[in-house]
Amino acid sequence: MTGMNHIAILPILIPMAAMVFNLLVGDGRSNRKIIGLNIGFSVLLLLVSILLLAVLAQSDTAAAAVYPLGSWPVPFGIVLVADRLAAVMVLTTSILSLAALIFASARWHSRGTNFFPLFHALVMGLNGAFLTGDLFNLFVFFELLLAASYGLALHGGGRNRVRAAMHYIVINLVASFLFLIGVALIYGTTGTLNMADIARAVPFIAADDRGLFEAGVAVLGIAFLIKAGSWPLHFWLPNTYSSAAPPVAALFAIMTKVGFYAILRLWTLVFANQTGPELTFGQNTLFVLGIATVAYGSVGALSSKALDRLASYLILVSAGTLLLAVAYNEPGVTTGALYYVVVATLAAGALFLLKDVIDQVLPAEAQILAVSLEFYGDEEDVIDEDQEVSRSFPAAATLLSWCFAVAALVMAGLPPLSGFLSKFAMLSAAFGAANAPTAATWWLTGALIVSGLFVLIAMVRNGINIFWTSLPDDGALRLRPLEIGPIMVLLALCILMAVFAGPAMSYFADTATFIHSPQNYIDLVLPKGDAT
Amino acid sequence: MELTLAVAIGILSASGVYLLLRPRTFQVIIGLSLVSYAVNLFILSMGRLRMDAAPILSGSDANIADYADPVPQALVLTAIVIGFAMTALFLVVLLAARGISGSDHVDGKGD
Repeated sequence: MTGMNHIAILPILIPMAAMVFNLLVGDGRSNRKIIGLNIGFSVLLLLVSILLLAVLAQSDTAAAAVYPLGSWPVPFGIVLVADRLAAVMVLTTSILSLAALIFASARWHSRGTNFFPLFHALVMGLNGAFLTGDLFNLFVFFELLLAASYGLALHGGGRNRVRAAMHYIVINLVASFLFLIGVALIYGTTGTLNMADIARAVPFIAADDRGLFEAGVAVLGIAFLIKAGSWPLHFWLPNTYSSAAPPVAALFAIMTKVGFYAILRLWTLVFANQTGPELTFGQNTLFVLGIATVAYGSVGALSSKALDRLASYLILVSAGTLLLAVAYNEPGVTTGALYYVVVATLAAGALFLLKDVIDQVLPAEAQILAVSLEFYGDEEDVIDEDQEVSRSFPAAATLLSWCFAVAALVMAGLPPLSGFLSKFAMLSAAFGAANAPTAATWWLTGALIVSGLFVLIAMVRNGINIFWTSLPDDGALRLRPLEIGPIMVLLALCILMAVFAGPAMSYFADTATFIHSPQNYIDLVLPKGDAT
Repeated sequence: MELTLAVAIGILSASGVYLLLRPRTFQVIIGLSLVSYAVNLFILSMGRLRMDAAPILSGSDANIADYADPVPQALVLTAIVIGFAMTALFLVVLLAARGISGSDHVDGKGD
């Protein structure tokens, strides 16, 4: 599939073109044509992502689009690898970004300068991080997405945003330096930056250098764990996410998943073809951190009164669940985790958007219920009605509460929706594995079930506060179609994921098999018979 | 030479980390700069320290052992550029925070 290989670079080029276009036309926040074109770019990206996924799903398991940039031979040049894992992450990014962009085009884009170019830069960084097969290139894309996210975290301005963004920037800058140290150590011991080449070179590292290499991987792991929002490196997360503008926070929902993706990819690739203690290097640490993150996120969810803070803690819960699944190192569990990462990202994104819609329709006195808003010194965002006339929807309160209920069911993992299916897939694979159940299996079970209960309690309490005690009774509320539409689409996708669970699971199972036998990836990227 | 470089990296990163943990935004940004210098020197040292060795190969019959590793030098250039840009961006946020909260404390609190 030589011609198909070019598709691997399109998810990076399209947002870049969109970014350049926005810089050329200037700040067109009031121009409807420019807004439409921006959405057009996002739709194009979505189509390309669907095409990429469809092509890979039709090919055999080990197929992937490999694109060496500038046709440089692989270990020397940078290579993009769109395998099944990368394709599904890129598709999730595209769906979420399109929904967030449409939501933002209703009114949020005009709250500050340069929303569109920053937004596309963030999407470009995300896609690049998912697609690259080179460690240093991964760093560059990380920096790109972080630079854009610094700007977006500040979008809208205000005291809280600036304060939260400042902490966020400092912590991520330090994480970037750790990333560099890790990359340098890995280069110093393996002599290469290509991920497949690193995996190939690991068994040949001199015994003296072994400690140095593991130190490098550990430092790199800390950098990824900071991005993934793992306890105790997550303290920046709830403040940043809950104070960011809602469409921005929705897109941030996938940023913690970049950390998860990087850990999953590198850890399975680098350590899985080892024998002895190296095979499980860091596994226990990762597992304990996952448990701690889930516990912290669940308790945090119980303690938060505002919906956006609750959603931030739900992000932590899902980050912890994903870490647990990676640390479990079992293809079946990874299958469930990949399913989970898609639905949890979409549902969390929808929840951040839903919070903004609910804020607009709640009568002002109901805001007093959210004591924490006052506590954290949130200033009321002035809602300018002239941007887009909101319409009076019949039964809008019912619509909102159904959206909330679907998001709650998915996040808490209750049947019949996709959140339950993903957790069930993880647990059944964990119990079905050889020599199961071990102590780790019980810890995993406990973490998934107890966190589900905590999340459910928190969501139900929030729902009662919003829908039963605060909303006006007449049922007809003023909503913007551009704002409620994307939320419904995101949640409908969560439901569709449950309806079409069979094909989805078989795709994810193939993906998990592929990433758990790293020789596939190495053969794919490195030219054969070129072992040096 | 190794010892000098190691001591330099150690002092830079120790001072940088100390300053990062201070409560004033100006101290934090100086700390970030010092840590970034330490990291850049560290990356350079990962290509092994060489005296009088060019990083660019000349001639087809050249012996690679006579040359320094060019990759870490390229990485350092990228890292310097990115680190510099991020520090500049942080400076803007720092000034915005100072203007909004009227304090240079990282939490925006008064004295």
